Amino acid sequence: MRIGSAKQSYAADAALFDSRTQWAWVGVLVASLLAFPFVANEYWLYLACLVAINIASTTGLNLLTGYTGLVSLGQSAFMGLGAYTVAILQIRYGTPMLLNLLAGGVVAMLAGVVVGVPSLRVKGLYLAIATIAAGVIAHFVFSHFADLTGGSAGLSVPPAQVLGVVLDSSFKLYWVIVPITVLLLIGAANLFRTRIGRAFIAIRDRDISAEVLGIPLLRYKLLSFAISSFYAGVAGGLFAYFFRAITPESFPLIMSIFFLAAVIVGGMGTMLGSVLGAVFMTLVPEVLKLIVGWLPLGESAMLVLSPVRTIVFGLMIVLFLIFEPHGLAEVWRRIRRLFHLWPFRT
Amino acid sequence: MDWWLLFEIGLAGIGSGGLYALTGLAFVMIYKATRVVNLAIGEMLMFSAYMLLAFTTGMGLPIWLAIPGALLVSAVFGMLVERTLIRPMLGESPISSFMVTVGLSSILVGLVELVWTADQQRLPEFLPTDAIRLGDAFISPKVFYGFWIAVLLIAAVLLLFRFWRGGVALRATASDQAAAYSMGINVPRVFSMAWMAAAVIAGVAGIVVGSIGGLSSVMGAFGLSVLVVVIFGGLDSVLGALVGGLIVGLVEALSGFYLGGEYKILATFSLLVLILMVRPYGLFGTHEIERL
Amino acid sequence: MTSVPVHPSPLLAVENLTLAFGGVKALNGVSFTVQPGSITSVIGPNGAGKTSVFNTISGFYKPATGRLVFEGQDIGQLPPPRRAALGLARSFQNIALFRGMTVLDNIKLGRHCHLKTGPLSALFYSPAARREEEELRREVEEKIIDFLEIDHIRKAPVASLSYGLQKRVELARALAMRPKLLLLDEPVAGMNREETEDMARFILEVRREWGVTVLMVEHDMGMVMDLSDHVVVLNFGQVIASGLPHEVQGNPEVVKAYLGAGDVSVLRERFQRVAQQARKAA
Repeated sequence: MRIGSAKQSYAADAALFDSRTQWAWVGVLVASLLAFPFVANEYWLYLACLVAINIASTTGLNLLTGYTGLVSLGQSAFMGLGAYTVAILQIRYGTPMLLNLLAGGVVAMLAGVVVGVPSLRVKGLYLAIATIAAGVIAHFVFSHFADLTGGSAGLSVPPAQVLGVVLDSSFKLYWVIVPITVLLLIGAANLFRTRIGRAFIAIRDRDISAEVLGIPLLRYKLLSFAISSFYAGVAGGLFAYFFRAITPESFPLIMSIFFLAAVIVGGMGTMLGSVLGAVFMTLVPEVLKLIVGWLPLGESAMLVLSPVRTIVFGLMIVLFLIFEPHGLAEVWRRIRRLFHLWPFRT
Repeated sequence: MDWWLLFEIGLAGIGSGGLYALTGLAFVMIYKATRVVNLAIGEMLMFSAYMLLAFTTGMGLPIWLAIPGALLVSAVFGMLVERTLIRPMLGESPISSFMVTVGLSSILVGLVELVWTADQQRLPEFLPTDAIRLGDAFISPKVFYGFWIAVLLIAAVLLLFRFWRGGVALRATASDQAAAYSMGINVPRVFSMAWMAAAVIAGVAGIVVGSIGGLSSVMGAFGLSVLVVVIFGGLDSVLGALVGGLIVGLVEALSGFYLGGEYKILATFSLLVLILMVRPYGLFGTHEIERL
Repeated sequence: MTSVPVHPSPLLAVENLTLAFGGVKALNGVSFTVQPGSITSVIGPNGAGKTSVFNTISGFYKPATGRLVFEGQDIGQLPPPRRAALGLARSFQNIALFRGMTVLDNIKLGRHCHLKTGPLSALFYSPAARREEEELRREVEEKIIDFLEIDHIRKAPVASLSYGLQKRVELARALAMRPKLLLLDEPVAGMNREETEDMARFILEVRREWGVTVLMVEHDMGMVMDLSDHVVVLNFGQVIASGLPHEVQGNPEVVKAYLGAGDVSVLRERFQRVAQQARKAA
């Protein structure tokens, strides 16, 4: 049972992890992240990289939708912009990986600011539907400027190179993708220790009050779009290096829906929610594949897998919204409370 | 300038516009009654078309039985969706009910793919097949008849709204739930009715769209254009759905022909961006004023 | 309360405001001044236009005519965030706290426009950002939380607080803005006696220790009469009286606005007649 965690200074109170046990758990997490690649097989490494990329993107979307309250269905467009930027730079100029990722983030960020401009006049679900337009326009751009983007055939991305090492396997990519994701997570968490994060939440909860308190709405909404799409752009760039092939069809509307679902299932407006949501949404289809593989369906197993995945995807969204609207983060919090208060009940 | 060609394309646009308007009407009905943005409207349309397929090709029923059967199933389906998915979301944020419909659309697509696979299917022909000619312009007969079916149904619904008690109840609930309750209107029943009616209307649209272009599990993309229609016209405006439907139909037909097929969706969404810049609540939508 | 000497330059001068919504004139030529260091109350029956005045001063409504002069500067064209930066703070009639945050975060938000941390230093939580946050925390704790006696709830989510405490947190947040003029919209609405007295005490101390000028809309006449240096009475969007509390109290126009016109003795007679008829019928 956890008994009073009194702090002795304001700085201690504001720290990200506040007790010795929490730091211990962080240590365990870091150790496992470091050890994981050496004990996991190719498939698990593949999944780990995919999960990390999805966490990065979900965190970005959570910033915009969960914390600032601006619903966006354009995440796939920003990821696509990041991916194409990275691919083009890598193919044409062979510039360093980290530089490319940064450029991808910046390009996506600029697009995000443009998409965010209407957000002052257009509110709520109208804004959400408007962001679908971002995806449509991005798809058009990717298919039509064929000299740059390879048209509908897309681009084949050569592997990244860092310090002379060619990153052509999940094992090698892991060591770049995971630290980048961790940095992005820490950055996002830091935002909410400062006035920037507080302003985002204020805009979500009651934007009129926020204005009266001196928060210029348009500037901060654009900032939220900017940061969130930067994250999406970097995630998209990692996507390009990871899958090594991108086409205009790689970033469909359903991908934006996937990330929005990850935000909701994980828990809107919580850092833990971004992580849990991304992990859950990425792993469930894989678990499904295993289950379908076990069932005695023989040949038709593969045929059944895709529609079943689609059904389960929709079902998860619906079930979480009806029964656990605060998402997995809330479930986690309940479990933690159980442990903290044991042997008392919550 | 080939005026007859332009006229012909215009007619095709109006024809599809009629179907957009019809589906838009279903959407607006749901929005007005329950304040839900139903992203699954395209999939509901698809569901009805597949029901018809099941009744005709699957069970071998004659068309005059199969169509009412499919519509009946659609009505029941609409009511079920309202009871199980929408009712629990009452009082939650609009984004929640919106995402529930997104989940629903996924479930429907998956179900259709499971039972009928993702391949294209064809409905039996039940509309007259002689080409229609207006001067030098030809219209596909299915589009022609489809348009008039849409027009008749829209007219019937509008009359019902105006003169039938249920229609008045719907309008009352749409403008003020609490007041409607206190007037003795059974608000939950109005919700169910709205969803049932909308499902049937979308069902008719689905059957027509299905007979024009065939069925597939991606038919629901029709709903994306309908979304533009209702944003353009105003989420809660019936007139907006009608006007918006025709305009979007025309824009799509013209841009599809003169610019190329891949420009269709771009043109539609450019229209969306335009209306959001100029009139964020749509042509005829009501502006929600926040009280301070 | 004493009569505040009329300064040559008022802190806020409201001049001839007109505001119309469609055909309804919410404000019809409203003018009054607020002296620095005073507590001024705006009173009037429901619908008189009191909240409209506040919303116009805050910047949400653009008046059709009239001027708003704050510290000698015409602020009519400034958007609300800029007015906040100048020192205009406001609380709302229906509590406008941010339900997704704790009390402490809500209060810290009040200081937003005076802080300097930008997005880049926020993302990296640079030493400068850290210092700014610590200073903010220290100041908020020592000057505001202690002062308003809310230290026991500082980490509580605001949604879990009682109404009275929420109003106090709103006051705290407004104070974090380091305001020169504090607009309080019905600060004691819905409070019981004890909470009202506490709030009155806080308002007086805020004026005394912080030098903040207070402009409030209030219905609680006891509070208005006890606290105010100056009272402005609105009815149907017009100022019908203004002056010292006891002057305004006795003003027949003001009485008429609240109680309606008509001779009380005539009314009494009518009541007696009706009561008699009822007795006969029973």
